[in-house]
Amino acid sequence: MSVCGRLKRAPEHFLDSKQIADVQAGRRDFLRGALAAAVAGVAAPAIAADGAGDPAILELPEHTRGLGQPVVARAYGQPSQFERNLQRRESPGLTRVGQSSVSFAPLQGLFGIITPNALHFERHHQGWWDIDPSRHRLMVMGMVKDAKVYTMEDLMRLPAVSRMHFIECGANTGMEWGNVAVPTVQYTHGMLSCCEFTGVKLSTLLDDCGFDRKKGKFVLAEGADGSSLTRTIAMERALDDVMVAWAMNGEMLRPENGYPLRLVAPGLQGVSWVKWLRRIEVGDQPWATKDEAIHYVDLMPDGTHRQYTSIQECKSVITSPSGGQHLLDNGFYNVTGLAWSGRGRIRRVDVSTDGGRNWRTARLEGSPQPKCLTRFNIDWVWDGSPAVLQSRAIDETGYVQPKINQLRAVRGKRSIYHNNAIQSWKVAQSGEVSNVQVY
Amino acid sequence: MCRFIDWAAACAAMMLVFAADAAPRFPGVGRPATPAEIQAWDIDVRPDFKGLPAGSGSVAQGQKIWDEKCASCHGTFGESNEVFTPLVGGTTAEDVKAGRVKALVTGDVARTTLMKVSTLSTLWDYIHRAMPWNAPKSLPVDEVYAVLAYLLNLGDILPADFVLSDRNIAEAQQRLPNRNGMTRDHGLWDINGKPDVANTACMKDCPVEAGVASELPDHAQGSHGNLAEQQRTVGAVRKAAVADDGPPALARRNACLSCHAIDKKLVGPAFRDVAAKYKGQAGMEAKLVEKLRHGGSGAWGPVPMPANPGLPEKDARVLVQWVLSGGL
Repeated sequence: MSVCGRLKRAPEHFLDSKQIADVQAGRRDFLRGALAAAVAGVAAPAIAADGAGDPAILELPEHTRGLGQPVVARAYGQPSQFERNLQRRESPGLTRVGQSSVSFAPLQGLFGIITPNALHFERHHQGWWDIDPSRHRLMVMGMVKDAKVYTMEDLMRLPAVSRMHFIECGANTGMEWGNVAVPTVQYTHGMLSCCEFTGVKLSTLLDDCGFDRKKGKFVLAEGADGSSLTRTIAMERALDDVMVAWAMNGEMLRPENGYPLRLVAPGLQGVSWVKWLRRIEVGDQPWATKDEAIHYVDLMPDGTHRQYTSIQECKSVITSPSGGQHLLDNGFYNVTGLAWSGRGRIRRVDVSTDGGRNWRTARLEGSPQPKCLTRFNIDWVWDGSPAVLQSRAIDETGYVQPKINQLRAVRGKRSIYHNNAIQSWKVAQSGEVSNVQVY
Repeated sequence: MCRFIDWAAACAAMMLVFAADAAPRFPGVGRPATPAEIQAWDIDVRPDFKGLPAGSGSVAQGQKIWDEKCASCHGTFGESNEVFTPLVGGTTAEDVKAGRVKALVTGDVARTTLMKVSTLSTLWDYIHRAMPWNAPKSLPVDEVYAVLAYLLNLGDILPADFVLSDRNIAEAQQRLPNRNGMTRDHGLWDINGKPDVANTACMKDCPVEAGVASELPDHAQGSHGNLAEQQRTVGAVRKAAVADDGPPALARRNACLSCHAIDKKLVGPAFRDVAAKYKGQAGMEAKLVEKLRHGGSGAWGPVPMPANPGLPEKDARVLVQWVLSGGL
């Protein structure tokens, strides 16, 4: 083994399976040749042949010897040029029209619990718009004493709150009800994001308009886009923690996420978080809108559809190592992932490395917030033999994240929505990580 | 006669009411909505048809609008699966009678809108607010009735001479094939609802079914592009080691492996058999490249090799050389 320690910087994507086996067997000399052959600029240089040390240390690079960039070279900052691989991506073949499609967040490369605004997943029903906030209005009407119109200036004068919440599409992991269908965590779980949202509580606005506390059982939220997407929200939810928000992660909402105003409906599936929000109506019956009567209905084995399935139940996933990644070497790894529940806080996350036979309890970062992502970590020393990694979350109601066969026993395989099953990642002897179902 | 204490309580209550009226919590914020403003935006129609504007439209009128504004996406008969999932199909006269779509139980057809929808208001509301796709809210009320009448006629739910209106829409509702097919009896509506399943937090020697129940099939390996380019270039775990441009990846990406395997016959011959038969024959490489791209039949049994018009010649050549080299 090299005196300079682990050659983890090797561009292993240039290695074939035999070479990887060589690395794992401790035969690393050939790596220099592989590196020399590498044409991409991302590869770190190899250890000098004479063994004096790493050229990254011994040969001072230009950035250490030269003058760097001035301030405001990028007035609105951008990620490093080396981070280009982490982008929102569509799942090929899932939809056929970009305006009614979804892009998935690259969970495999994210840290902590906050989703950067530029990587937040997208779901549009009839295309997105960048709406002039000076011309945007919110109307609150229906079973209220005073139907009112608010400008953005009005709303932003009101008592604001900032809260961290996850948003997950009801169809997240929906492609995997029957079998494994997609390769990476971006596509299995990437219709999931988490932000600090700032806005006014919906209850503040409902109170301001004097809503009918006796008969007003439901709220309709409507968007200003072409689809004017509408969803029914139960009044109990509306008065609990629903927000009318204009900001995410410290800046105004992104146009793709509803600029200048969206509903934040913690714990409820993403479609209820109406973007470009223009109207709130109070009523005494649900509305059975298209996206709660024809779509976002869960097909059961007996042929009935469940309607108004809104709550996102407790779920978790390991984001690293995950499908499409590669463990080059045996040894220590920090297994890390995300857990969340639409019914409250995450209480505990357990991790198995043997396909669910034995479990250890992971460390949770910080103190879990209600209806918010929680990051978990656990130490793992990989001995180089095949493994199956799983995580299992438990929320504050005591609900334990189920296995896919348990869900199928009740809901069949055709539901599309609300698949919160335990995810399995197989680690092959070669170090290749792939998506599998083990239960 | 009122006693003093009652009077005092009533007076206090009245003062509270006045106080609330006199001093709103957020003075200067927001203003009353005008009746015209409410009318302009209050377009929702509920299952009990509250909000439905008066009007009417015939199946015949609807067909005309359909052909002009709807068929390009949804197909002449609402059957198209090209742009969106089909609207029409999968329902029967029996379903119209029963109010339950039988094909949803057997599950042997793709779900269409008419198989799922249980409330006619939903279709009226949606066509009115969001259709046509590129010009939402452009259909006048009568045209919405007409288009809906035609759609229901395509599904054999309404007769060809039907004129749908606000006065008879409740009757049409009673013919929807899946009108009794929805349930709200589940635990995912109320935050305190009962979950479907109760897993246990077993920690040691837990029961597990043996083996991997499902993994990504070979033909889907390349379906999401080069996975290596979707991972960060530094970090604890890294890009997949599979090169995306090698022959095996090419074969996966082009779905060759749906019909061929390396060492056994599937739908098509094993690559090993192809190599054994043709290796070293003059001009065979060019012939097979031609066959990969344009299809062929007869050499290996009755199932023809389909054409792959999207396969570039250089990729076809790489694949053929790979198969013939036996370097599998």
